[in-house]
Amino acid sequence: MSRPVLAEPRVTPEVVAAHGLTEEEYAAIHGILARPPTYTELGIFSVMWSEHCSYKSSRVHLQTLPTEGPRILQGPGENAGVVDIGHGLAAVFKIESHNHPSFIEPYQGAATGVGGIIRDIFTMGARPICLLDSLRFGPLTEAKNGYLFGGVVAGIAGYGNAVGVPTVGGEVAFAECYAGNPLVNVLCLGIARADRIFTARAGGLGNPVIYVGAKTGRDGIHGATMASETFDETSEERRPTVQVGDPFREKLLIEACLELMETGEVVGIQDMGAAGLTCSSCEMASRGGTGIELDLTRVPRREEGMIPYEVMLSESQERMLVVVRRGAEEAVRAIFAKWDLDAVVVGHVTGDGMLRVLEGEKVVAEIPARALAEGAPAYRRPATRPGWLDVLQKADLSDLPPPADWGAALAALLASPTIACKRDIWRQYDHMLYLNTIVLPGSDAVVLRLKGHPGGLALAADGNGRYCFLDPYVGGMIAVAEAARNVSCAGAEPVALTNCLNFGDPTRPEIMWQFAEVVRGMGDACRALGTPVTGGNVSLYNEMLGRAIFPTPIVGMLGLLEHIRHATTQWFKGAGDLVYLLGETHDELGGSEYLKVVHGREEGRPPQLDLARERAVQAACRAAIRAGCVRSAHDTSEGGLAVALAESCIPVEGEPVGFTGTLPGVLRPEAAFFAESQSRILLSVRPEHAGALEALARDHGVPCTLLGTTGGRTFTLTAGGASLQAEVAVLAEAWRRGLAAAAAGNRDGRGA
Amino acid sequence: MRFGILVFPGSWSHQDFRHALADVMGFQAQEVWHKETSVTGHDCLILPGGFAHGDYLRAGAIARFSPVMSEVVRFAERGGLVLGSCNGFQILCEAGLLPGALLRNASLQYRCQWVHLRVESTATPFTAALGPGQVLRMPISHGEGRYYADPEALRRLNGEGRITFRYCAPDGAPSAEANPNGSSENIAGVCNARGNVLGLMPHPERAAESLLGSVDGRLLFEGFLARASR
Repeated sequence: MSRPVLAEPRVTPEVVAAHGLTEEEYAAIHGILARPPTYTELGIFSVMWSEHCSYKSSRVHLQTLPTEGPRILQGPGENAGVVDIGHGLAAVFKIESHNHPSFIEPYQGAATGVGGIIRDIFTMGARPICLLDSLRFGPLTEAKNGYLFGGVVAGIAGYGNAVGVPTVGGEVAFAECYAGNPLVNVLCLGIARADRIFTARAGGLGNPVIYVGAKTGRDGIHGATMASETFDETSEERRPTVQVGDPFREKLLIEACLELMETGEVVGIQDMGAAGLTCSSCEMASRGGTGIELDLTRVPRREEGMIPYEVMLSESQERMLVVVRRGAEEAVRAIFAKWDLDAVVVGHVTGDGMLRVLEGEKVVAEIPARALAEGAPAYRRPATRPGWLDVLQKADLSDLPPPADWGAALAALLASPTIACKRDIWRQYDHMLYLNTIVLPGSDAVVLRLKGHPGGLALAADGNGRYCFLDPYVGGMIAVAEAARNVSCAGAEPVALTNCLNFGDPTRPEIMWQFAEVVRGMGDACRALGTPVTGGNVSLYNEMLGRAIFPTPIVGMLGLLEHIRHATTQWFKGAGDLVYLLGETHDELGGSEYLKVVHGREEGRPPQLDLARERAVQAACRAAIRAGCVRSAHDTSEGGLAVALAESCIPVEGEPVGFTGTLPGVLRPEAAFFAESQSRILLSVRPEHAGALEALARDHGVPCTLLGTTGGRTFTLTAGGASLQAEVAVLAEAWRRGLAAAAAGNRDGRGA
Repeated sequence: MRFGILVFPGSWSHQDFRHALADVMGFQAQEVWHKETSVTGHDCLILPGGFAHGDYLRAGAIARFSPVMSEVVRFAERGGLVLGSCNGFQILCEAGLLPGALLRNASLQYRCQWVHLRVESTATPFTAALGPGQVLRMPISHGEGRYYADPEALRRLNGEGRITFRYCAPDGAPSAEANPNGSSENIAGVCNARGNVLGLMPHPERAAESLLGSVDGRLLFEGFLARASR
C-alpha cells in the first residue's frame, strides 16, 4: 500500500477558500493529518465541516434543547428520532429542509427533498407511512414566486405520489422575505417495531460494507457546501449542484431494504444524502467507534472518468450504505437482485478508526473518521440583539383606522393566501394511500389510525416566522405551543417533536442572536409542555443579497390518541350547537395577519405566551374531547377569533354552517375580532353538554366563555360595540378560492 | 373466492387491496409477483394502483411486458375475473384487454379526491348485485386518468353496455363539473365484451370501511360473498 499521492489539482490557498474552509479550519485539518491534505481529502473535509453537515454554528445552542422522556427511544444523533407509541410499535420521524436546491430548481429540489427524508426513515427500519411539508414563498403576485410555488408543489407531488408515501398534510405561508429564499421543509413518519430499530453504526471487524441502490454520477457534487452559502443574482448558475430524483428507484430501495432488515443480518445502515458516500461512511464509523476502508473502483458508476474526489462527493440520489454480518453478502445480493438494484461490496469495517479510501491499490484519502463527524469544529458565534428591533416592537398600534366594513375585512383575511384553503395543493398529493388517514388534510392536525390497534397518531407542522422576527424568544415558544395545540385540538396528547430551523447567515451577530433566542424559547416551551425534541435539521444562510428570511422554526409535533374515536376536526357539525372559547383574548395585534393584510404593517410585539395557561388550555380541550362532549375543536391562530370561527363554519366541501355570537368584554373591536392571543381554543358542543364542558374547564382552571350558537346562513360576531356581519356563503367563497385567485396567471405549466 | 393481487415493482395499492379484501371482507387474498409465470389457484386477479416500473414511458406501457402479464391475458381469455384499478386499469388498456387509453388529466395535475360514480351497466359480475343508476362514492388518485377512445369505439362501448361507471354529481348527473380528469363522456370504468375484465380509475379498496368515509367500494365484491355462502 502506497502513501496518498496527489494526482489532482494542487491544494492551494485559493482552492481551500473555494471549498468554503477558513484558514483556521485548514490549519486544523493540517494538524489532524500531520501533513497537507490531498485534493480528495480536502473535498471530504469541506463537505463534512460544512454548516449543513456539521451544524458548527448551531450545535452549542441545540444542545440546550430537552431530548429525553419516557417515550423517547432515540433522540437526536441518528437519522431520525424514535418514539414509543405503545402496542410494541415505534414512530420514527424527522423533518428536513431542501430550501437552497428548491430555489435553484424547484421541481427537482423539492422532489429530492422528499426522497432524502424518506430514506432517513426507512434507514431506521420503519416503513414510511406519511409525509407533511411546510412551505414558505414570496407573494404570489410576483410571477417568479408563482413559478417556484408551482414547481415545488409539483415536485412534492411527482416524487411522493410515485414513491407511494402519502402526503397527508402540512402548511404554507407567504411573505416578501421568502421571495429569494423559499422554504421547503419535509417531514416523514414511519412505523417500526419498537424492539427492532436500526442505527447507522459500523461494527464488527471485517464485516463487509455494501453499496446498494442507484449508480453514482456527477450530480449534486458540493450540494452540502452550496446549502451553506448565501445567494445572489448568479445563484441559478448552480443548477448542476441540484440532484435529480428517481422515485421509482427509491420505491424499490424501500422494499429491498425493509426486506433485507427482516433477515437479521444488518449491523448498520445509512442513506447517502448530503455529502453522499463520504458522510455515510465516516458517520457510520465514527458512531460505531470503528474505521471503514473503501475501494472506489468497486463503486457502481454511471459516468466515465470520475476521479475519487467526485465519487466521494457525489450526491446522486437513491443510494444506501449497509454493513452486514460477514457471510451474508450472497443473501444481500439475492434480495437486491429481486428488486433489480445493485448491491456491491465496496469495503469493510476496520478497527483503526480511520476512513481509508482506496482507488485500487492507491490510498487517496486517510482521515480519522471521528475528526470528520463528531470532531468537526463547533463555534459559539457572536450574537447581538439588533437595534432595529426596538423600533419595530414599539410601533404604536393604539390608533388603527377601522375598516369601512368588518365583514369585508374578514373576507379579505380569509382570501389571503396564508389563511385561504389549501385544497388546490393537497389534492395534487395522494393523501389516502395505506388507508390510515382518518382526518384528511385541512383541519388543525392530520389523524392516522394504526391498523389493528384502537389508538392513532396526530401530526401537525407549524411555525410563524413573523412572530420570531418581532420577538424570537416568544416566537420560538409559540412555534412549539401552537403545534402542540393543533394536535390537542385533534384529540391527541402531544408527545414529541422534530424541528427544522431556517435562518439567515450565522456569521452575522443579529442572525445568531435570533437563532439563540428562538432555540431558548423552544426549549422552555418543550419543557413546559413535556414534548422533547427528537431531532431535526438546521438550514442557515437563507439570504438573498444580504437580506435574511424571517427566522423560521418549523415544528413537527407528534400526538397520540388513546382511541381513534376521539379524532376531532375543526368544523362545526350542524345547527344548534353552542360555541365556547377556552382561554382569553387580549389587545394583541402586533405581528398579526390583520395588521399585515388590512394595514400592510409587520410590526409591534407578537402575542405573549403563558406556558402554564397553554398547558392547562390544551389539557382541558383533550379532557373534553375524551369525555365525548366536543363536536369540533379549532385552534385560534393567524387571523384571530373571527377567522377561527369562520374557518369552523366552512368545510372544505359542502354547505357551510352559520354562526351568531358575541365576545363579551371591553376590548376594541379589531382586537376582539383579529388579535392573535395565544392559548385559545374554540369548541362546539351540543347544548346538553354545556354544563359538563364548563365544569371541566373550571377543574383545569381555564377561562371558558360562551360565544354563541351555530346555524343559519349568516356569520355575525359582535364585540366592543361593533358588529361583524357577512353571508357565510360569501366567506366560504373567499376562503375556498383565495389561493387560486392569488395564483391566477402565475401557474407553472409543469404538473405532477 | 380467492383473490390474487399482482405486484409490479412500483405498485403501491396492493397492500390496501389485501387489507380491504382479506382483513375487512374476509376473502382469501394472496400477492402475485410480476415475475411469476403462473396464476393458477386464483378466481379473481387484481391489478392494483401505483407506478408500475415507474411509469416513465407511458403509464402501464412497460408493465404489460412483465412476465406475469401473458398469464393474465390467458386467464382472462379463459373467462377468469380480472379487475384493474387506477394503474391497473392503465395496464389492462396497454395490454389490450380493455379498449381505449388513459391520458394525462385535463388539469395537467395529479388529483386525489372523493368522486361520485354512477353505475351504468350491471353486465359484469363486479356490478351484477348493483342497480343501474346507483351512485357510489370512492376516491380517485391519479395523474393520467382521462379516458379516451375513438368515436367508433365509444359507440360500440355504449351500444354493448360496456361502460360500467361514469363520474357524476352526488345526485347521479354526469356533469362536466363532476368529471375530475376530462374523461370522454365522464367514463370512469369499462369492461370487456365478455364482462369478466373490468378497469376503473377510482379506488374501491379505499372505500371499504366507514371509518374512511365510505363502504361503497365493497359493493363491487360483495356479490362474491353472497355467491360463496350460497
